Amino acid sequence: MLKILSELNGVSGNEKIVADFILSQVSDLADETICDSMGNLIFLKKGKKPNSKKVALFAHMDEVGFIVTDITDDGYIKFAQVGGLDDRILLTQKVKIGKNAIDGVIGIKAVHLQTKDERGKVIKTDEMYIDIGATSAEDAKKYVSKGDYISFQSEFVWLHNMRFKGKAIDDRAGCAIMMELMKEKYDSDVYFCFTVQEETGLRGASVLSRRINPDVALVFEATTASDTAFIPKHLHATTLGKGPAITMMDKGSYSNIALKEFVVSVANDRGIDFQYKLTANGGNDARAVQTGASGAKVCSVSLPCRYIHSPSCVADLRDYENMKKLARAVLNEIHNFEPEPEE
Amino acid sequence: MELLKKLTQASAASGNENNIFDIIKKEIEPYVDRIDVDAMGNLIARKIGDGKKVLFAAHTDEIGVMANYIDENGFVRFAPIGGVDLYSALYQRVRFHNGTVGTVCFESKSDVKKDLKVSTTYIDVGASNAEEAQKLVNPGDTAVFDGDFFEREKTVVSKALDNRAGVYILIEAIKQIKNNSLDLYFVFSSQEEIGLRGAKTATYNIEPDIAISVDVTDTGDTPGCEAMDVKLGNGPAIKIMDKSVITHKGLRDFISRCASDHSINCQYEILTFGGTDAGAMQTVKSGCITGAISLPVRYIHTPCETANKSDIDGCIKLVGEICKKDFILV
Repeated sequence: MLKILSELNGVSGNEKIVADFILSQVSDLADETICDSMGNLIFLKKGKKPNSKKVALFAHMDEVGFIVTDITDDGYIKFAQVGGLDDRILLTQKVKIGKNAIDGVIGIKAVHLQTKDERGKVIKTDEMYIDIGATSAEDAKKYVSKGDYISFQSEFVWLHNMRFKGKAIDDRAGCAIMMELMKEKYDSDVYFCFTVQEETGLRGASVLSRRINPDVALVFEATTASDTAFIPKHLHATTLGKGPAITMMDKGSYSNIALKEFVVSVANDRGIDFQYKLTANGGNDARAVQTGASGAKVCSVSLPCRYIHSPSCVADLRDYENMKKLARAVLNEIHNFEPEPEE
Repeated sequence: MELLKKLTQASAASGNENNIFDIIKKEIEPYVDRIDVDAMGNLIARKIGDGKKVLFAAHTDEIGVMANYIDENGFVRFAPIGGVDLYSALYQRVRFHNGTVGTVCFESKSDVKKDLKVSTTYIDVGASNAEEAQKLVNPGDTAVFDGDFFEREKTVVSKALDNRAGVYILIEAIKQIKNNSLDLYFVFSSQEEIGLRGAKTATYNIEPDIAISVDVTDTGDTPGCEAMDVKLGNGPAIKIMDKSVITHKGLRDFISRCASDHSINCQYEILTFGGTDAGAMQTVKSGCITGAISLPVRYIHTPCETANKSDIDGCIKLVGEICKKDFILV
């Protein structure tokens, strides 16, 4: 499932392919289905117990990518970033453009034409272009239009030690886990929220927080793993293989302490591996959900992922399985979560 | 001032506001109609009235640090909570909510003038290995900076005057209010230091007609500081603008008239950096008339925040007088 989701293209603002796929797979598991004006998908599964607290789960469907801004006279495609991307990883990447998934390659002028200065510095997106093999503007315009979305082309591939590489693991991993969780029934009413435009500013989740106004929200995400060569241990935001990462605090949200401890206690009771996310940088839909309306108790659980926001995200299947286990266990017990730690 | 001392010396980094709820509740319980705590950790006290809905907000949280990694030798790495300036944090003591005291230190092979970053600093809790350290601190535990409270003839010095002074002002004002016609909500708000978050959701729920935040502001009366027309001792500062808000002109004028009618010295505040709860409250839902009363404080976000006692009294009196009125805004 993760492989299929990863290979679907859904750059922020253009999540429809992903949404349609999810809809086709899980809509008959839901008591109610809402597709809102932003493109968010919301499935309600009614709880076994009436009047239980309102629980919402969030995963975003969108991924980082690009959009066509112009076509040059020579038939090259100029583009802008959608979401946060590191300019250094872009050159010579393979991409797919628009509805018809036109193949292209990100290019730059040849190395021998670059000045010494240019070779030493990072080439910016606006100096790059995409080459689709067109020979003129007229030729290019047959296949590509301004405003077309552009995704990385990257196959899902298995690496050693149950690790895998693919694009858009952020956050198709969360989507896949939520789709799995929808197969069961829980005591509380649970809203499964597949959101849009997270990467461009938590926009889908913002409107959802006001529509649903949940009491408790869990956000299933992918987060950066910096456990790679040459990095001292205390700067490892998360580490592959140590289990799903529980957020204590990031730039956008402060996990509700009681809820975080509840998630940790469930993990400990069931012997599920987990780790804390060490860095307080970054942010996700939790921010929008926590403060979007009346205020919700939130906590994020994330799949550690190296080289996140690139075509080659690397993650560990065991972390994914443990995240699924933890998510399921938490949801099965969420009705026991007693808020108000001060009382 | 005993209460102010107690409030400032209690520790409640953002997200841990409930640490000081008992102090607040004990003081205000006899004077208010109800007290609630919401999902974000706001403590909301209400004095019911028939008139306009007026919300006062003073944030209860303070800046601090969160432990996030313990190394094999028992040293603790951390993430700042709110606007922690590493230069003022270095070699200060931090006190965890469980009582553990640590010191903020710096990797000595690095150049402190160039490389002072969160990633090159750590907290020494006196442990000699990871196991010992874990008995004292765990990832997710939060701490605040130590800073004793002491009183001079005219001023008080302490950590966390930002914003326990605001909390103190609201508590003392609540005690003075009798037979209010306004419908009064006192929000002791959470997570201001990390993005005005509690005030935002409280305002969403309450939907006030008028919202006034009570917080501290910087001053322009110390050697070599940024130009700013706020002085310690010149009374409460009525906020005109900061990075988060431009206050409602009519409300501002109203507060100013209220002050002059009751012979409370006050001044105006234009802050070119920083923000306060008012910024979040103003734009929630369909918006509300928003203002802010600021207590001038020197050296904000350090262990030696300094405020003037007559300014504090002025703020209490001003909030009290505003609550006695029915609002007429021009």
